[in-house]
Amino acid sequence: MSQITLSKLAHSYLAKPRSDADFALKEMDHVWQDGGAYALLGSSGCGKTTLLNIISGLVRPSHGRVLFGTTDVTEAPTAARNIAQVFQFPVVYDTMTLRENLAFPLHNRGMDAAYIAARVQHIAQMIGMEDRLDHKARGLTADAKQKISLGRGMVREDVNAILFDEPLTVIDPHMKWELRTQLKSLHREFGHTMIYVTHDQTEALTFADKVVVMSEGRVVQLGTPQELFETPAHTFVGYFIGSPGMNLLEATVQGHRAVVQGQEIALGADYGTPKGRVQIGIRPEFAALGDAGGLPFALRRVEDVGRHRILRGEVAGAAFNIIAPEGAAIAADLTRVTFAPEKINVYVDDWRIAGGAI
Amino acid sequence: MALEFKGVSRSVDGRTHIHPTDLQLEKGTMNVLLGPTSSGKTSLMRLMAGLDAPSTGRIFWNGADVTGMRVQDRRVAMVYQQFINYPAMSVYDNIASPMRLMGISAVEVDRAVRATAEMLKLTPMLQRKPLELSGGQQQRCALARALVKGAGLVLLDEPLANLDYKLREELRAEIPRIFEASGAIFVYATTEPEEALLLGGNTATLSEGRVTQFGPTPDVYRHPADATTARVFSDPPMNFLPVTKRGNTLHFGADASAQATGPAADLPDGSYTAGFRSNHLELTQHAPSAIRLPCTLSVTEITGSETFLHLMHGPDRWVGLVHGVHILKPGSDLSIWLDPMHVYLFTPSGALAAPAPYAMAA
Repeated sequence: MSQITLSKLAHSYLAKPRSDADFALKEMDHVWQDGGAYALLGSSGCGKTTLLNIISGLVRPSHGRVLFGTTDVTEAPTAARNIAQVFQFPVVYDTMTLRENLAFPLHNRGMDAAYIAARVQHIAQMIGMEDRLDHKARGLTADAKQKISLGRGMVREDVNAILFDEPLTVIDPHMKWELRTQLKSLHREFGHTMIYVTHDQTEALTFADKVVVMSEGRVVQLGTPQELFETPAHTFVGYFIGSPGMNLLEATVQGHRAVVQGQEIALGADYGTPKGRVQIGIRPEFAALGDAGGLPFALRRVEDVGRHRILRGEVAGAAFNIIAPEGAAIAADLTRVTFAPEKINVYVDDWRIAGGAI
Repeated sequence: MALEFKGVSRSVDGRTHIHPTDLQLEKGTMNVLLGPTSSGKTSLMRLMAGLDAPSTGRIFWNGADVTGMRVQDRRVAMVYQQFINYPAMSVYDNIASPMRLMGISAVEVDRAVRATAEMLKLTPMLQRKPLELSGGQQQRCALARALVKGAGLVLLDEPLANLDYKLREELRAEIPRIFEASGAIFVYATTEPEEALLLGGNTATLSEGRVTQFGPTPDVYRHPADATTARVFSDPPMNFLPVTKRGNTLHFGADASAQATGPAADLPDGSYTAGFRSNHLELTQHAPSAIRLPCTLSVTEITGSETFLHLMHGPDRWVGLVHGVHILKPGSDLSIWLDPMHVYLFTPSGALAAPAPYAMAA
């Protein structure tokens, strides 16, 4: 196991990149701590798979270096990197039994038979397939095959890192819970460095200790799930994390006061007099429907999602969502939305600015 | 206008894919088929489309028996998980293709294509090729092709499953609007309870080839007819615990008891299974009537605003979902609180014995 360092790393698929836009991955420096559980989160085309492929050796970066521990592996092929990979779609040998599939990486490295038998048993138990070990893989459903792929990805204890590329896409929601829990337990047990690529915020946030949010080839924030939720560094993170994402209102800010369409709102900190495009960001979870104070809210639609309700409406002409608890009253005279001042973030030209003490 | 199934079943090589099913879908309704993989969603849709013939039973469209009618002769459109477009044609020609095949005049085709493109926000992309579009736009193009011919029945088989999370959020909000504008019967298959709730309309829950319940979506969610439906319609999965009723008291496992109130008060003494959803478990005593259940924490998952607790209560594996960020040590013993207001009681065979009192009020 080892720390992974990306040094001045950038990648362009073009032979002669001219501008920033020609880079699928903009220059970055980043250290993946030994034993960390990381998620790479972003929409398709954001560069997250390119970055994963550079770490695994499937893509050679056009610029910069990749280090495993202190060894430069930039030019090393995948096979020499001692990593395990799990892909979006199952990779299973149909003519082999489940046992042979799971044992394959261990056989390849000449492990002894007793160790292989014990290890395969342990992994099979983890993925809930110990009773089918002697069946052929042929004819299994897609999600059963993917469980085998996951199991095989985790069967070796001596890898530098395990890389996952959207591994739960083909898995049923109920099974996702189980597999995610198993992945977490396994991470605790063995302490592998794990990097998990996904577009699904729930998967990223629940799996990882640290989440790397990417957009247009750039890392826009690296943080704990709580940091990404409470203090998104960029409006993109505010939008991308959370369902629905963060509400944004155009405002002018003076000290610890914001003004939205002539109405004043208290902020939790002193922001001076920021210049540029100023917006305030409020999560739907931190907005409440009321009959006084705050700003006028025009309710358009109520979505009942079971454990809570999403109130979709408008504030100052912009779309605005509120999350209300299950069973909360939504009366016609509730036409105002109020906020907890300390939960409001202030953005200048899309980047969050820090406030000082009031 | 309505689509009606009367005792429709389907078996292939002696294996039952769909057990005898009665179902009536009304014009202008959104109908969600909710169930895990292989529960029969796609099989049911293929029967609706006429792609497969039922082994028993009859299918009626507006009262007329259409059981043997060819798929080409039905006004049906289907959209699959893998968005299918013709890569060599422009978006315009893709959308126009079903109508051209029907031999409709160019003027009428043009009118319909432009109206449908407008509804699906594809007007600026009409001259582009599908591969020049984002995944969400490609799927909107496939949707447009399904809607353009004015089909009376639109079947959507996990249409958003291959899209990014955020795109799904956007399209999911658009689909009810598109559906309202079309006036057709929509049938939408999904594995995700939250998607069913967001789409609203009616939901049929499926398990092992059987429709276990059909009704307005929030009703099925809050009033599941049996434990199977409750399980299918809960994500995280519903938690279960054996309960014994003796006199006026419900004994929850060995550790806790509560007075049987509401519908539970009238039940005969005996063994039941309590079912409760993850969001109704708490880390503190949130109500005077809440009971304390000692659990061991397996692992936590933090989403930033909420914490998932993976718990063991004796041999039972539970998931709790609580507000806020809670840093807790795996392996530690916790007191978990549950208000009996939120408990469904099922008979040993899984039928609903008493609904959760909170759902009666909602």
